[in-house]
Amino acid sequence: MNPEYLSVLVDQLSEGFLVTLQLLGLSAMFATVLGTLLGAMRVSPIAPLRAAGAAYVEVFRNTPLVVLFILAVVGLPELGLLRDSFFSRAVVALSLYTAAFVCEVLRSGINTVEPGQAEAARAIGMGFGGTLGLVVLPQAVRAVIPPLVSVYMALSKNTAVAAAFGITEATYQFKQLVEEFPGSLYYNFLGIALGYALIVGALSIIGHLLEQRLVTAR
Amino acid sequence: MTTVLFDVTGPRGRRRQLWYTVLASIVLTGLAAWILRELWKQEQITPDQWEAFVQPAIASALLEGLVDTLSAAVAAIALALIFGAVLAAGRLSEHKWLRWPSHAIVEFFRAVPLLLLILFLYLSVVGDRVGSFWTLVLAIMLCHGAVMAEIFRAGLQSVPRGQTEAGYAIGLRKSRVMVLILAPQTVRSMLPAIIAQLVVVLKDTALGYIIGAPGVVNVAERIYISPEYRNPLAVGIFLAAVFFIINYALSKVAVGLEARLRRKGGGTIQLQHVRGVRR
Repeated sequence: MNPEYLSVLVDQLSEGFLVTLQLLGLSAMFATVLGTLLGAMRVSPIAPLRAAGAAYVEVFRNTPLVVLFILAVVGLPELGLLRDSFFSRAVVALSLYTAAFVCEVLRSGINTVEPGQAEAARAIGMGFGGTLGLVVLPQAVRAVIPPLVSVYMALSKNTAVAAAFGITEATYQFKQLVEEFPGSLYYNFLGIALGYALIVGALSIIGHLLEQRLVTAR
Repeated sequence: MTTVLFDVTGPRGRRRQLWYTVLASIVLTGLAAWILRELWKQEQITPDQWEAFVQPAIASALLEGLVDTLSAAVAAIALALIFGAVLAAGRLSEHKWLRWPSHAIVEFFRAVPLLLLILFLYLSVVGDRVGSFWTLVLAIMLCHGAVMAEIFRAGLQSVPRGQTEAGYAIGLRKSRVMVLILAPQTVRSMLPAIIAQLVVVLKDTALGYIIGAPGVVNVAERIYISPEYRNPLAVGIFLAAVFFIINYALSKVAVGLEARLRRKGGGTIQLQHVRGVRR
């Protein structure tokens, strides 16, 4: 293995994973906000809101991510939206897709909270917002963390799809490196796979820590 | 369901909810109408955008592509089930030299993005030998086999210990206990989870177009990049609709099956409790 390859490998990988982490961070943030909103819609007493939330989840969960990427990355500029940033369009696709899963996780988390808790909240005169925000959601969070972490893990792997749409993240660098150094296929693959494994592992550790903190907090 | 979050309302509450319902309906309908109007005004969903789909040659090519996509999904899920069963058996083995490698393989393929694996296999000797279709199938098999192994393991471990012990007590060997006692009891409980995974596999076959594997996305891409049509939004909406119809039907089957099994008293494996499920 020549030394030039090693330095290029390190450069390209750090550059690529930086973009991967940016994609992951921004999409996770937007997906969580949108997903929480959708989750609240799905448990609300207003029937049209429930229907709209359910429709969103069904549509986005059953559509391949690649198709959403085609719609966002190739389609949005046709409407004159986000014309000059491939990156923002990729974030749009990833966030819209992941929000559906966040919503489902939150909804099933809300269902794990004892009905007596919500009844007690209502008995002391709290409305829908108070019951959900002050009593049910804080308790649901704990049950929600493991499945939510697994949604973010899936998201971190899904960011790889952006490579096919010209975003220079880690999987894109794989293609570049293989073209530059023909004999390096296996090293590149293992190096990049290791990078993703580190991200997934870090997420899992953060999830465990959070879970433990919240267990003692009760 | 979560109706417990709000009370059965009195006359005032009902009136208020009615107002909110009307308001929400107006806002949501308005939003949908505005989006459709904008799409129409920007000439993205006008009739000329859909002309491609009624051309007999293109329609039949799309249909052929869909058949390719479905066969890739079926082949991949069949192979993933086999690979997953082997890995699960390895992980539950008494022998360290089987348990460790199986564990490592499962962990590795759960952490690797599918697209990275597809590109790697495609550029390696595998891609040259078997072509893009089977490269796609193999990559999905490896990734989803690891998920299947976790589903199988969760299923086998959910059978009460007494069952295994009873098997040993009547003199069965471990492999016999697995085949005669554990497997028949778990297959039923895993069925909904497996069908739900099929939805994910079908969505993942769409990735094949990136290496040029035959499939409906591949055909559709050729429509919107052709100078004649250039209609990415219409094509995207068409593709989303195709996948939505198939996947929605599949997930309804999974949910229905789960409800039926639960009525009959059998437990089922909850997918979200299986670690590292792909989405």
